[in-house]
Amino acid sequence: MAEALLRAEGLAAFRGERLVLRDIDFSVPAGGALLLAGPNGSGKSTLLRLLAGLLRAAAGRMLWNGRDALADLAEHAGRVAYLGHQDAIKPGLSAAENLAFFARIGGGDVMAALAGLGLADLADLPARMLSAGQKRRLALARLALSPATLWLLDEPTLGLDAGSVEMLGEMLAAHRGRGGIVVAATHLPLPLPGATELRLKRAVVVVQ
Amino acid sequence: MKMFRALLARELRLSVRHGSDSLAALLFFVLAASLFPLAIGPAPETLGRIAPGIVWVCALLAALLPLDRLFGADLDDGSLDQILLSGLPAAGIAAAKACAHWVVTGLPLLLAAAPLAVMLRMPSEAIPVLLLALVPGTLLLSLLGTAGAAIVLGARRGGVLLPLLVLPLTTPVLIFGVAAADAASAGLSARTHLLLLTAILAGAVPLCPLAAGAALRGAAE
Repeated sequence: MAEALLRAEGLAAFRGERLVLRDIDFSVPAGGALLLAGPNGSGKSTLLRLLAGLLRAAAGRMLWNGRDALADLAEHAGRVAYLGHQDAIKPGLSAAENLAFFARIGGGDVMAALAGLGLADLADLPARMLSAGQKRRLALARLALSPATLWLLDEPTLGLDAGSVEMLGEMLAAHRGRGGIVVAATHLPLPLPGATELRLKRAVVVVQ
Repeated sequence: MKMFRALLARELRLSVRHGSDSLAALLFFVLAASLFPLAIGPAPETLGRIAPGIVWVCALLAALLPLDRLFGADLDDGSLDQILLSGLPAAGIAAAKACAHWVVTGLPLLLAAAPLAVMLRMPSEAIPVLLLALVPGTLLLSLLGTAGAAIVLGARRGGVLLPLLVLPLTTPVLIFGVAAADAASAGLSARTHLLLLTAILAGAVPLCPLAAGAALRGAAE
């Protein structure tokens, strides 16, 4: 087993008054992948938001390279790319403009990122004209743009056609090839060979 | 700083694309202030005396209009998460939003205040003082408004809550702002009032973004 880059120890989280996550332990080496599975409401999205540093953990800690990852949120944000349920796309801006802000922050080439997901032709189209699947691909292109090591994906294949899922698979493989980590929550099979599965139940967790 | 500028540029570009939202505040300001001569009559002595108050109250209310969507749109479509993960501290995000609000709403209000003051028959020697007081005044409205908008973010009926929260906070700004113009109309020095306004601004510049940043983190949870 390679040295774990990302490690969670006894993580727990509340949503409102309800404890949705308890005693979450896992570790992922560089280049590894973790699949979060479980029924609706089992806390998959909550765990992803927790790993992103958007949500405060009620207990436990998250280690990056052996050090507390959430001690400096701004630093942690630099190594995280998060794809939520929502695509975070501004309908008034064109596809390329939607990515421009993130390209200025993280560096990276907007056109290359768009081309990687087959959106190069739509770069100048206002995002309100894009279909749901195309919007999802645009959100994935933002991910491709990011220099972050830790990718947190919430249902990344939502609304994608078979060809796009294939492109996503190539993207994920390239990211892991560079030593990146993917943590994904999904109900559908994802192109993530060799991923560890973490099965969440309602507040009771069993690691397989 | 680079990230701050990038976020500001993004906000301004979005405002240009949604031009009607930005224009609405300005039009409201002009229209609301124009109603006063119709309601209380065009007599110059009455109108001229209460003109600073009209301009200030209308500017205050107009500045509130776009606050509801300042963070609301970003929260609804998930952009707020992405911005919070851009590596800019939450207080920096709030500061960029406040800057954008001032450029898009505060500055146009400031510019429109001059013709309005003339229309309301304000004594001409008091108009420069009114505008001078509106510089820290509009900046304060943006800062306090941003803090208020962040605090009510995610609350049900946040749009109703927002004025109830922000308007009481803006009373000192209103008092000293109108007092400055009144002093100038009476031929007195407005220096004290302007200095007090600037002092409030000096306090609000660090405090409001910090409060708004903490509120943003809370809203994202």
